[in-house]
Amino acid sequence: MKSTISRRNFMKVSAISGGGMLLSFSFLNANANLKQTGENLFSPNAYISLNSDGKVVIMAPNPEIGQGVKTSLPMIIAEELGINWRDVKVEFAPLKDEFGRQSVGGSGSIRGRFNELRIVGATAREMLTTAAAQTWGVPVSECYAENGKIKHSPTGKSLNYGMLASKAAELAIPSSPKLKDPKDFKIIGTRVNDVDASKITSGQALFGIDTRREGMLFAMVSRPPAYGKKLKSVDDAETLKVNGVKKVIKLENSVAVLATSTWSAKKGRDALIIEWEAAEKLESSSAHFASFEKMVMDENVEPARNDGDFETTKSQASKVLDVTYEIPTLSHGQMEPLNFFADVKEHQVELYGPTQVPGSLRAQVSKKLNIPEENIKVATPRQGGGFGRKLMTDNGVEAALISAAAKSPVQVQWTREDDMQNDFYRPAEMYRFQATLSENELLGWYQSGVAIGRGARGNSYVAGALDNYRGIGQGYESNTPIGWWRAPGACTLAYVAESFMDEICVELKKDPVAFRLEIFDKAKVNPVGRLSYDPDKYKGVVEHVAKMSNWGNTPKGIFRGFSTWYSFGSYVAEVVDIELVNGKPRVVKVYCAVNCGRVINRSGAENQVQGAIVDGICHAMFPKVTFVNGAVEETNFHAYKFLRMKDAPLDIEVDFVDSDEAPAGLGEPALPPVAAALSNAIFAATGKRIRKMPFNEQLT
Amino acid sequence: MPKYTLSVNGQTMTAEVDEDTPLLWVLRDHLNLLGTKFGCGVAQCGACTVHMNGNAIRSCVLPISAVSDNEIVTIEGLSKTGDHPLQIAWEENDVSQCGYCQAGQIMAAAALLSRNPTPSDEDIDRSMTNICRCGTHVRIRKAIHSASEKI
Repeated sequence: MKSTISRRNFMKVSAISGGGMLLSFSFLNANANLKQTGENLFSPNAYISLNSDGKVVIMAPNPEIGQGVKTSLPMIIAEELGINWRDVKVEFAPLKDEFGRQSVGGSGSIRGRFNELRIVGATAREMLTTAAAQTWGVPVSECYAENGKIKHSPTGKSLNYGMLASKAAELAIPSSPKLKDPKDFKIIGTRVNDVDASKITSGQALFGIDTRREGMLFAMVSRPPAYGKKLKSVDDAETLKVNGVKKVIKLENSVAVLATSTWSAKKGRDALIIEWEAAEKLESSSAHFASFEKMVMDENVEPARNDGDFETTKSQASKVLDVTYEIPTLSHGQMEPLNFFADVKEHQVELYGPTQVPGSLRAQVSKKLNIPEENIKVATPRQGGGFGRKLMTDNGVEAALISAAAKSPVQVQWTREDDMQNDFYRPAEMYRFQATLSENELLGWYQSGVAIGRGARGNSYVAGALDNYRGIGQGYESNTPIGWWRAPGACTLAYVAESFMDEICVELKKDPVAFRLEIFDKAKVNPVGRLSYDPDKYKGVVEHVAKMSNWGNTPKGIFRGFSTWYSFGSYVAEVVDIELVNGKPRVVKVYCAVNCGRVINRSGAENQVQGAIVDGICHAMFPKVTFVNGAVEETNFHAYKFLRMKDAPLDIEVDFVDSDEAPAGLGEPALPPVAAALSNAIFAATGKRIRKMPFNEQLT
Repeated sequence: MPKYTLSVNGQTMTAEVDEDTPLLWVLRDHLNLLGTKFGCGVAQCGACTVHMNGNAIRSCVLPISAVSDNEIVTIEGLSKTGDHPLQIAWEENDVSQCGYCQAGQIMAAAALLSRNPTPSDEDIDRSMTNICRCGTHVRIRKAIHSASEKI
């Protein structure tokens, strides 16, 4: 990661009323590693405000969707600032250009901001140190920062930050503040609880759904009941008779009902008599898969990657494995149904609600309403999950349009049914794999993936370790919308590739752990083509989890599966232990080794990994979306099934490989490997290879 | 619209709403008790869990007309200062991720502990049926066991 920083131009310091300093920083950042999500990547920024009473307010610059960055990002600043964590108050930063890239996605928050936030804290610490040295008339070199104080080594005297803040605010900004030696870290790498923990447990944490403003109306929207259908006509006579209904607003392809309460808005919405007409093809999942079956068998597609010649290995092979895997469409199902508050006045707009991309929301609303961006305020509350759904801005844009048309502040609330039918789904996919095997060796690998929207990628391992590798990806055009879903691409590719790898191990009678290590050795010693991973780091986590789980000594009554995957900069290896209860798997324990570089918040990081594992098991086992003539059959959680406590692992042991490297992604990487580890465990237990999600349907 | 008198968190409250209005929306939109969340509207996810006479119920499907003089307790009324052993255990175990479902989880757990102060893993499996999309189940289980030891 490369940061280009021009400090003089972009830092500001100012005194605050009542004494104290406010440091604002912004710097250019050429961060090529981060995934573009439609946000600009310009100038990340952070604020510290230090009051004369010693209290520090640190702004959390990125939206919080459950990934813990409201806690972990400020920890980085606090570390370099040299302050006690308990003296820090954290607030959400509103959307401001000088805060830089405020979107969340691609497990990018920490890895994108680590260096910058360290410099933010270090700059403030250095200015406070200088202020103290000047106050005492001693050399700066005799002073150091500790626990919110500047201390003078020779005499032991000290001054609190609060007493120095006003003086520090008048100093020039240091051009290259010295960062702490990581061995002196006191906050980074420790276990810190979520900053909102007590608010959450007492019901005081407020989400978008909890927004309440003077004069606000509640809205519900009737949207097309199927993809491909358009609004033809609406009769709102019955709606207007519903208690509390105030207005009906017809939008381009939907109808909004505004009322004095959520329930009135819903009743009014449900009383609309709307005629929808089919404007496009009404698609069904059964037809998607029928097309996939044909496409996936087509071998004459331009490969995304081609090393050697897979075809020639067939003549040398004693056996050719040839199988297909099938993955259904999924919804995001974040716990907080979508909503958004908008107050659109003639030249002024306020937007408040759940989004992972406040900047791109602002840009889109600006365009739609023809109001300049500087007149549009956007802020985000805590958000009830994201998982990629809120990388799309439809909920915020829609609220702005409704508020503008109704000339009223409005909170648009979606029902779960609205969420299920109006998602940007994880696309359905099908994979065909072939492997050519000699008596004891894997000779060649062929994978062909078809997905709605975009084709699968072809660079992940085992590519790079085999002389003969062919990877094909094909996209399938559909009017059913797709989007990003936690660990996009990796979340499904890891399942199919690592399950197929297990099939190969069974055929070759190789130990799954030993066989992976062999492959990574080959990739290291004799890489073929471009390597998109570090074989040593892969080996590191594989060996680590083997040790954690005492691999090779499976406990009695337990069946084991193994899998490993690299994504978003991090290496993860997992062992899943199951028991069979009435023929169904119960995950007793999951062992997980992670190399994600330096860990910031050990508790939060472990929580992300545990959560990603449960998420991966849940979506491997239970839910699926089925389109029937453009409509989603699974309209709510009675049919779109989630894992419950009885299906959750009893224990998940997480260990992070010690690393001094810069932090990599962590919100997503632990999810991809777990589905394969589970399916491999089910094979160990039952001899049945699960090549289709959701697994639960295959187990009855 | 009919006027309803309710007992919520030990207080008498009134709301003038249609008789089919679910208790959830009365709490949220009329009594400004926002801690109880909406997740599915069909009694599946449990984000809306409150206590009625000490039992965990899903307030999104209970019409206000059926509440009568039964005693309702929401997350705001579970303890005076957020110090119910479960609330403390939830904090100590840093359970939450997004946090949206956790009020409902805590209310479900509180009802469980009030009738079974020392639940086994099987008891927890049976009673804790709320959805957590972030996957905090392992920590929820741990927090319930640790609160159980302190009750």
